[in-house]
Amino acid sequence: MTEIRAEMVANVWKVVAAEGDAVADGDTLVILESMKMEIPVLAEGAGTVSRLAVAEGDVIQEGDLIAVIE
Amino acid sequence: MLPGVPDSVLIANRGEIARRVARTARRLGIRVIAVYSEADADLPFVAEADEAVLIGPAPAAQSYLNADAILAAAAATGAAAIHPGYGFLAENATFARRVIDAGLTWIGPSPDAIEQMGDKIRARNLMARAGVPVAAGSVEPVSDADDAIAEAERIGYPVMIKAAAGGGGIGMTVAADAEQLRAGFATASSRAERFFGNPSILIERYISSARHVEVQILGLADGQVIALGERDCSAQRRHQKLAEETPSPGVDDNLRHRMLAAAIQAGEAVGYRGAGTVECLVDRQTGQFVFLEMNTRLQVEHPVTEMVTGVDLVEQQLLIADGAEVSFDVRSVEPSGHALELRVYAEDPVRFLPSPGVISKWQEPTGAGVRVDAGYAAGNVVTPHYDPLLAKLIVSGPDRTEVLARTRAALADFVVAGPKTNLAFHADLLASEEFVTGEYDTSVVSRLRPLAGDGWAPSQGGVRDRDPR
Repeated sequence: MTEIRAEMVANVWKVVAAEGDAVADGDTLVILESMKMEIPVLAEGAGTVSRLAVAEGDVIQEGDLIAVIE
Repeated sequence: MLPGVPDSVLIANRGEIARRVARTARRLGIRVIAVYSEADADLPFVAEADEAVLIGPAPAAQSYLNADAILAAAAATGAAAIHPGYGFLAENATFARRVIDAGLTWIGPSPDAIEQMGDKIRARNLMARAGVPVAAGSVEPVSDADDAIAEAERIGYPVMIKAAAGGGGIGMTVAADAEQLRAGFATASSRAERFFGNPSILIERYISSARHVEVQILGLADGQVIALGERDCSAQRRHQKLAEETPSPGVDDNLRHRMLAAAIQAGEAVGYRGAGTVECLVDRQTGQFVFLEMNTRLQVEHPVTEMVTGVDLVEQQLLIADGAEVSFDVRSVEPSGHALELRVYAEDPVRFLPSPGVISKWQEPTGAGVRVDAGYAAGNVVTPHYDPLLAKLIVSGPDRTEVLARTRAALADFVVAGPKTNLAFHADLLASEEFVTGEYDTSVVSRLRPLAGDGWAPSQGGVRDRDPR
């Protein structure tokens, strides 16, 4: 199981993956938005998205859980 | 107060540029009105204004892009003029028209000039008709791969494939032959459809080693257009400028003469008034230049021009907008010495990822030729809502060598704690052989920081900057 956490304060701009999706290493899960930059959050390893903890428009803090891949 | 300037100005912007415009306005005896979002209430530009009006919550769409709120603030405070700074509403022709229709002075070019330069294809074709060199390329967007190949054969390989509706280099790719073009076209077109809702593609001759050089122009109240030298903006990360200098180490007198003449032609072609910038690419192999785009506003990096000419560009904007003569002798103005600007961003110095946070320590450098245009001070919060520009370090001196030495010393004295900053990157840039010799091009930053990405679409795993400038 891999927990993907936020590296910075940001808004969740787009949620690309959905719970239950099969993803490959490097697939985009969500796209964050901070300081006029769009920052993709990628799957670290292949697996299934068992949890997506954010929704579009959420404000997340550094260290917040974004997704779990099993 | 200087005759020929408005008696009050509302600055429809934030951070360092709001403060910089206010500084000149205050010196000229003009009443300064700031507008601000809820996120910016504690910033210096709000405290320093004669009046400040809260225009909305943090998101720019509800505050700095909210034309109704800004015009209401102007009416409530009796503002005589609006200065848009850069970004936000600065190149919005509809807003400019509304300002003028409300009976206020718009500190900028005519809405028509903004409109003509806002559409990139239209602007390029207009420039070509005016005799300004443009990149060999498709005059109209192409919609299928066979058309693209026909265009490429006319132009000559290698070619650049780019989204007609795009900006910021998104989805740009290079093709060396027809096979690569066919593959690249399919990818670029689908990406353009997804990101811009328009699959149209432009084909342009690709310049493998280019410098990004721009010319500062001023359209005077009597219709004359003058040029105040060039700025080299080749040091960019993900198409966002990091360092700018004047004169350009890659432009000789002959090329400078031709570029300045072309920039004046460009300005005259649209009846330009006020401060504007003509951006060009210089091919390092051929020594030729082509028109890229025209920015119809004050540029972020305008201070380097001010340092070598002694001309306060904001003062000239205010005078020209009121139909008055500029305050310097246009026949004898001649740049002298050298100036460099470094943009201090709230982002890590390796991958250039944003780093908002509370500024716990802020110490600006001082010294001969050192100017700091800052938007923040100790105790301020850098929020994720706006661009990462904290401050600009501008250093001038008699020659480039002296300026680099002064800048290194100033960088060592610039202390920002809290958010990560790119100050350490700038120190590396100023230690790099490419930059020190002046023999750099638009890929100098990616050679120094290969992890930072090239500004491709987020779907490819790369960070993308919106509206880089």
